[in-house]
Amino acid sequence: MTATGQDRPIVEFDDVHLAFAGVKAISGVSFHVGRRELFAVIGPNGAGKTSIFNVLSGVYRPGQGTVRFDGTDVLRLRPHAIAELGVARTFQNIELFANLTVIDNLMLGRHTHISYGVPAALAWFGRARRAELAARAAAEDIVDFLELEAWRTYPVGLLPYGVQKRVELGRALAMQPKLLLLDEPVAGMNLEETEDMARFVLDIRDELDIPIIMVEHDMGLVMDLADRVMAVDFGEAIATGTPSEVQSHPDVISAYLGQESMS
Amino acid sequence: MSTPASTTSQRRPQRLPGRPDMFTSYAENMRMLNTTPKRRSVAALVVVAVAVTFVVDDPTLQIFALGLAASIGAIGLNLVTGYCGQVSLGHAFFLAIGAYTAAALSGDPDGRTIGFGITNILIWLPAAGIVAGIAGILVAPLATRLRGLYLAIVTLGLVFLGEHIFNEWDELTGGPQVGREAAVPELFGFSFDENGDILTGDQKIYLLMLVLLVIFAVAARNLTRSKIGRAFHAIRDRDLAASIMGVQLAKYKTIAFAVSSFYAGCAGALLYIVTGFFDPTAFNLLLSVQYIAMILIGGVATISGSILGAMFITLLPPVTRELAQFLPLLTTDPSASINIFIVEGVLYGALIIGFLLFEPRGLFGIWLRIRNYWKAWPFTY
Ligand SMILES: Nc1ncnc2c1ncn2[C@@H]1O[C@H](COP(=O)(O)OP(=O)(O)OP(=O)(O)O)[C@@H](O)[C@H]1O
Ligand SMILES: [Mg+2]
Repeated sequence: MTATGQDRPIVEFDDVHLAFAGVKAISGVSFHVGRRELFAVIGPNGAGKTSIFNVLSGVYRPGQGTVRFDGTDVLRLRPHAIAELGVARTFQNIELFANLTVIDNLMLGRHTHISYGVPAALAWFGRARRAELAARAAAEDIVDFLELEAWRTYPVGLLPYGVQKRVELGRALAMQPKLLLLDEPVAGMNLEETEDMARFVLDIRDELDIPIIMVEHDMGLVMDLADRVMAVDFGEAIATGTPSEVQSHPDVISAYLGQESMS
Repeated sequence: MSTPASTTSQRRPQRLPGRPDMFTSYAENMRMLNTTPKRRSVAALVVVAVAVTFVVDDPTLQIFALGLAASIGAIGLNLVTGYCGQVSLGHAFFLAIGAYTAAALSGDPDGRTIGFGITNILIWLPAAGIVAGIAGILVAPLATRLRGLYLAIVTLGLVFLGEHIFNEWDELTGGPQVGREAAVPELFGFSFDENGDILTGDQKIYLLMLVLLVIFAVAARNLTRSKIGRAFHAIRDRDLAASIMGVQLAKYKTIAFAVSSFYAGCAGALLYIVTGFFDPTAFNLLLSVQYIAMILIGGVATISGSILGAMFITLLPPVTRELAQFLPLLTTDPSASINIFIVEGVLYGALIIGFLLFEPRGLFGIWLRIRNYWKAWPFTY
């Protein structure tokens, strides 16, 4: 049975195995993500959540398995090629360009949408200037969307942590992705910042129609936002389903025992 | 979603009096010189630089002309090392390629060394840049495999390789201690190096260098504020994040080396027309180190810093030699134990270390501090 076009899942992640010098980071994980879905990945520390993202975005190459994005096999592609296909992500530890302003970080997100060569860049007037102005307008739209007006010309290194997380989300959005990967978007945030972020994530799914995979430790957030959840432990998927199914799954409860309590 | 840029870019937006930093369009905000003080100070600098032609004597003008040509080379090094973060000690090699391409193209066909008699600067200058740029593209794959110190050491190897080739290849270079004539600066019958009715040769060459530097500096500034400049910055600071944003690391490192070497090639072609003669021993490690010193002292990842640094390093030897006359221990005799050349070497080293420790942003950083001081005046804290 081969699904095509709009029915086909945006991500088909099948039986992926990844090991580092003996450590099995991912062993046989499979999941599919639909085109309108907000899919959450939960699990204790070291479970392999970030590794799944790194496989999806081409940073790690698994020893076994297939990964398709929008129908394309991405396992042999380099990170920049996967980005060009439309995968954007944020990082668990913020990976912004600290010396650049908010606007310039967002403009970097536009990279794959700006096309002119070295001669046009050297001359500036004409092609390069037009493309840069268009990119700037798109970056300003993101500023509006994420309510970053107050910070737009500050170097991001000087901004508070919660704002940096938001800028990183903005940089990923600037790529106009077909899929957004969020690695712990609210980690280390206070309640107010968490609520803001939750609102933005919902807006992204509902207004911008971008499917999202979100790794998150905050169970409350996952329960509120996610359409489906996959729990991983020791590199294996132990349960996949609706938030309440997964939360009450005995394997999930035992995986979290001795960790922090759920919810 | 609206696109405010397109609606306001047609007509020149009005300025509100008393709000100098208020921009009414992205086009205005994104201009190279986007504030009135910036425009005024650049205009003033250009006026002073032109006026210098008629105020300063010819030997001093020669040194300034050297500084202007070196500035083009320093901008080139800053593009690859300062902006893109790929440390290159091979700059002397690319300077040499440009110098010999230009000298050979414009050289006397019946002379002692290779020459094709094409003296038009519009031909030999771009050619020097392109040949050096191609060499840069050939070297770039090293940068996609090696990082940091390893890349520095391998590019250092280029200098030794080049030194060997140029020292041996007598037909092209004239050989060590002998040398050959530099490129002939001529434009459709107008000669830059011969004295004319109004201007001396040195004045003409100085003005030529000034015009060329402005062109090269503006182009480099355009590049650095473009998509390509942002990609350089991203690669320098976080190459993983850069590739996740869709930046092709190999492609942009290649662009950085190509453009940097193009600038070096043009600088090499221009540098020696000031003195008219050069020999292959000039392209040694010290030359590469001098360019590194220029960008470190002037300011990493700034165009104006590259120019400041190049002027500083070019003016340093003449000034120290002047000073040497007043200091009893120093001599310009190369056989003496403490001669001026050793002192200069120590001075470069001390300056590099001093700037790295106390002002990593270089002369450009000092300028920023002065400017911010005056912005806050009379509140001097
Ligand atoms: N580059 C690497 N080299 C070696 N081991 C790695 C590497 N990346 C991940 N691992 C290992 O793989 C396992 C899974 O790591 P991963 O970062 O995916 O966990 P995680 O679920 O994201 O954890 P956390 O909640 O702490 O972020 C861990 O045991 C980790 O030590
Ligand atoms: Mg993680």
